Amino acid sequence: MIRTLLAAVLALTLASGLARAEAVGDILDTNKALVEHASRLTIGPVIDKLAASGDPRAETLLKAWGDKLLGLRKSDGAFVLLKRKGAAYQLTQPDGTDVGMAKRSDINILRPNAGVRRLIDGALVEFQLSSPDLKTRTEALSIIDHHPEAGQLKPLEASLKAETDPALRARKERLLRLLTIRFGENSAKRIAAINSFGADTGLDLRGTLNPLLDTHRIIAKAGEKPKGNIDRPLIPGKTITTEAAYDLLVARGEAPARQTPTARRQALEAHIEGGKVGGIPLAQLSDPEARDRAYAALEKAGQVPRAATTREVRAAVAAHDYWVVYAEADPAMTTAAKAALAKIAVKVDAMQALDLLLEALSLASIYFLAAIGLALTFGVMGVINMAHGEFIMMGAYTGYVVQQIIPNYTLSLIVALPLAFAVTFAAGVAMERLVVRHLYKRPLETLLATFGVSIALQQLAKNIFGTQARPLTSPDWLDGAWVLNDVVSISYIRIAIFVLGLVFLCLFLWVMKRTRLGLELRAVTQNPGMAASMGINPDRINMLAFGLGSGIAGSAGVALGLYAKVTSELGQDYIVQSFMTVVVGGVGNIWGTLAGAALIGSLQKGIEWLNPSNTLAAQTYMILFIILFIQVRPRGIIALKGRAAGD
Amino acid sequence: MDFLRKNPSVLWFLAILAVFTLAVTLMAPGTGSGAISTSFVKTLGKTLCLAMVALAMDLVWGYAGILSLGHMAFFAIGGYMIGMWQMYARTEEIVITSLAQSPIPPTATEIHQGIASQIFGVVGSSHMPEIWYFAHSLPAQLALVVLVPALLALVFGWLAFRSRVAGVYLSILTQAMTLALALWLFQNDSGLRGNNGLSGLQNIPGLGKVAQETLSVWFFWASALALALAYLLLAWVVSGKFGSVIRAIRDDEQRVRFLGYPVEGFKLFVFALTAVIAGIGGALYYPQAGIINPAELAPIASIYLAVWVAIGGRGRLYGAVMGAVIVSLLSSWFTGGRVPDVPLGFATIHWVDWWQVLLGLAFVLVTLFAPRGLGGLVDLVTGLHPPRRHGAALGPDSGSLQEREAQE
Amino acid sequence: MNSLLEVSGVSVSFDGFRAINNLSFQIGPAELRAVIGPNGAGKTTFMDIVTGKTRPDAGRVLFGEKSISLLKRSEAEIARIGVGRKFQRPTVFEDQTVTDNLMMALKAARGPWKVLFWRPGAAEHARVRELAARVGLAEALARKSGELSHGQKQWLEIGMLLAQEPRLLLVDEPAAGMTLAEREQTTAMLVDLAKTRAVVVVEHDMEFVRRLGCKVTVLHEGSVLAEGSIDHVTADPRVIEVYLGR
Repeated sequence: MIRTLLAAVLALTLASGLARAEAVGDILDTNKALVEHASRLTIGPVIDKLAASGDPRAETLLKAWGDKLLGLRKSDGAFVLLKRKGAAYQLTQPDGTDVGMAKRSDINILRPNAGVRRLIDGALVEFQLSSPDLKTRTEALSIIDHHPEAGQLKPLEASLKAETDPALRARKERLLRLLTIRFGENSAKRIAAINSFGADTGLDLRGTLNPLLDTHRIIAKAGEKPKGNIDRPLIPGKTITTEAAYDLLVARGEAPARQTPTARRQALEAHIEGGKVGGIPLAQLSDPEARDRAYAALEKAGQVPRAATTREVRAAVAAHDYWVVYAEADPAMTTAAKAALAKIAVKVDAMQALDLLLEALSLASIYFLAAIGLALTFGVMGVINMAHGEFIMMGAYTGYVVQQIIPNYTLSLIVALPLAFAVTFAAGVAMERLVVRHLYKRPLETLLATFGVSIALQQLAKNIFGTQARPLTSPDWLDGAWVLNDVVSISYIRIAIFVLGLVFLCLFLWVMKRTRLGLELRAVTQNPGMAASMGINPDRINMLAFGLGSGIAGSAGVALGLYAKVTSELGQDYIVQSFMTVVVGGVGNIWGTLAGAALIGSLQKGIEWLNPSNTLAAQTYMILFIILFIQVRPRGIIALKGRAAGD
Repeated sequence: MDFLRKNPSVLWFLAILAVFTLAVTLMAPGTGSGAISTSFVKTLGKTLCLAMVALAMDLVWGYAGILSLGHMAFFAIGGYMIGMWQMYARTEEIVITSLAQSPIPPTATEIHQGIASQIFGVVGSSHMPEIWYFAHSLPAQLALVVLVPALLALVFGWLAFRSRVAGVYLSILTQAMTLALALWLFQNDSGLRGNNGLSGLQNIPGLGKVAQETLSVWFFWASALALALAYLLLAWVVSGKFGSVIRAIRDDEQRVRFLGYPVEGFKLFVFALTAVIAGIGGALYYPQAGIINPAELAPIASIYLAVWVAIGGRGRLYGAVMGAVIVSLLSSWFTGGRVPDVPLGFATIHWVDWWQVLLGLAFVLVTLFAPRGLGGLVDLVTGLHPPRRHGAALGPDSGSLQEREAQE
Repeated sequence: MNSLLEVSGVSVSFDGFRAINNLSFQIGPAELRAVIGPNGAGKTTFMDIVTGKTRPDAGRVLFGEKSISLLKRSEAEIARIGVGRKFQRPTVFEDQTVTDNLMMALKAARGPWKVLFWRPGAAEHARVRELAARVGLAEALARKSGELSHGQKQWLEIGMLLAQEPRLLLVDEPAAGMTLAEREQTTAMLVDLAKTRAVVVVEHDMEFVRRLGCKVTVLHEGSVLAEGSIDHVTADPRVIEVYLGR
């Protein structure tokens, strides 16, 4: 039935091809049955005909159809275009003649399904491609991008010449080449299109090339080479497991299914006769071999279906060869696609390496920010400040509070950074005066006392701000990411953190190298006794160093708060890594901290890249690496040497 | 007996522990009047286990000067090792019972697979990992309770001490070790059920018929016995020249080297010995707690251990026990929500929220003002006064070096 | 005379600075030797190398009749072989009693296991009492060494060195901070000790060295500048230049 209809349609189409500019209304009427019950499989020719009719109304009509605004008037079955007017519809004939109003109940609205709508959209693309409206043209290209169809090739090519917008023109050209790869009329053209891209890393290109290399597995008699575009043979036991190979045979219906132990057990249970199965007493059936014998006995008696034994499986598998065959028939095509993808892969790998580098850099700057204050206090005073993480948290909460008061995010950020510094500077000085000062000669006890402060501060933050995460919103200009291409991109926040890290590095270097405070700090670091006898008050220096280190932690906290949520555990998340950074980097030198942060950041990213599914394992391996690293360089990458190192 | 005569505190300790055990036995619901609940008996038993790790911590930190932030990891490993056997054996009982209902007797493989899918279904696996190879055997797992912590401590300690990592560096490194172990256990494919941990450990395989109230007393006795033995062992260890040497290592490691003692060997010995004690403590603790998961290895747990020992008083064994018992019991009292709130008019202090703050501050105060901890109170009673240990300052002001630091 | 310690061609540098430069040195089994030199001459580094604290970049350090190389050995091993070192500042274990300090230093097995099961017998107690008497601490056996005076700590440390029974004793500036009477006592003790073992005294003080009356080695910029009797070296124009010239 459908076939005859199709033939009729075809004949009509051919006939109408002679008469130019056939009215769309006529086409609809001729194919009324098809249109009314449109199906994706049969409607194609009608849509094509409508699109190719040359009637200026074609676009309007197709659009109305796709938008469910085409209907049949119940009274006479005529096609009408609908326009909603309140509860009723304004009706128009396909040729544009107004035919008055009608109620909803008087019309059969056509509701094309998604498949049909896609065909309609495809046909519409042709009109849209040449539409004077730039937005419509852009949308049309998006449709092609998402649902490439063979029919789009010609219209796209045709619309190219008239395209005035250079950006759109470039996009059209690219899409045209992509469509050519998919639907080009011969292999030569398609291969040329493939080669025209070179090592382009666009996802769209890879999305086009990959389907060309789709494969499926086929079975052939042993020794026979199958027809088709062969990719590679599969060797049972090596490139394919024997079970998988056998399952291929089973799927083809050429072998009985393998039996699962459960199925066998159930089969045996179903044939218990007088305490025996197949003549074997039940008590013995806890032995798998006895079960084999029992099943064989049942098989022999014809009571159970034959099940493949291991030996049978092996024999069946050996009797066949297994091949991977391309869906694409032309070997030249697959070769070209493979070559192109290989070229792309090399470039993508390079890009990924770059991306990884950027990520590592960003992580390193986070660790650097978190560790720099710690390194300062550790370097100058030999004191491990376990509450350092809580100072980071304190800075982040300061940022949050500032945002509650100043609603402008940019302004609040500008206020929060120095304010957080001031708040944590004060907290640091207070802690130094009250606690640390009394414990200078007992570093391990400082570690524990500062830990006491740490748990108190953490709980305090929980009591004040609650346990749920508080948002620290970044200003709009920090949203989004800097996208280099499909592979390489980095969010602006990460860039900002990197810049902040640089700023702190420069600030730190400036303080250390160019100011009196820095000079005194370095003097106390190297030889406190000597510094004291030169008139430097180590007490004051220690206090300032502690304040400075804590202040930097506070500012870093604002930045980290933007990057992650602000919780009372924020500091805890970074503290161990900060310790690692200081330990690996070496004490008493900012470059050491930088090197430590770089090493830890890149190491973590590197391990995550090697084992992307498992970030927990990555951290485990990283810590193990650090433990081993300490073996080689117990005093860190950049260590003070000689007598200054104090041993 | 010469040893006991010279160390009267050992006798005192054992006597107090014996009285305490007797009192608990008389009040426990399983064996006595039932004045205290089964869960409280368990809490007390667990506290004794914690006191045992605190003893170990005191030896390694208070005596040998190694501030290890990893001993709770050994404690948890001990728990995991015993937990593996418990889980395996319990599941085996259940699986065998359920398979026995079917008409055909199960094969060994079927039982094995049944156990595996019972245990590991929760992490989406039905395969028994290699590390469960000995899980069916109680003696083997008991041996592992001792061997695994010892081995880990030996390997880690060898690496760390060999490269002369000391002081805060070593503390940070031990913390890193703990964190690495915890993160590894958190993975589902670690073979120990990821963050689900091992559960149902309060049921002892083969003792299904014994009521929990009786079991709790048995475990309490076992914990008390283990604590007593550990105390005796450690008191003996520190009483002789060995104790002298490790205290000397704490005070001046380089000088001990020039006396000819292999400092690394001593540290390794102490580290491994205390790891074993911690492991045994864990093996007794977790069957009373009922569940173990990787959160138990969080670095914070080990720091709390240091807090107990510091509050109790380092360098004396009974101090560590005092600290662990008092702080952990107080902690469970405060966090249990049974402490009355304090209304201040403008605000109310909920102890559940403020206990941590209190603990943190108390800890700072103890470190600052009572470095000898609660054990210092005992000195007040007995009238002992240790000498000032630190030399005079070399320079005129307080920031200058002191003699002991300036020597190198 | 065959030598107990033979140091030859030893060099070591820190960050490019040559602390010891092709140093060679020998000492017999029962000899007193003074090593002098201005600041930075490498005296302390020399002792560090012999005791295993610092590893030299080049050279040999051989000890004893069997010519055991000390280079690959740890500080503890070298101490067990028979090299004792006395630091400039007294380093005793202040938290422990005089008896404990001496007991620890007594020659005995040093491994953890052996130490764990080692308990002092009557002989050991007698030896400790004897040593304490020798260094004038017989009354202070039960006191914590932290309570001792500076001079007593010096003596306790010397007592501990004696307990170690070293064959070679390295003494760093023993006279520093001592009264005249104590210096004389120390001199006598060092001379006495050198009758049974090799003693190397590193000293600044020419007057003290003269009183020791032994062979003197002068170090300068990491190598031996002169060697001989005190009168011989003080007459050497190069030594005069080094000490007084600049």
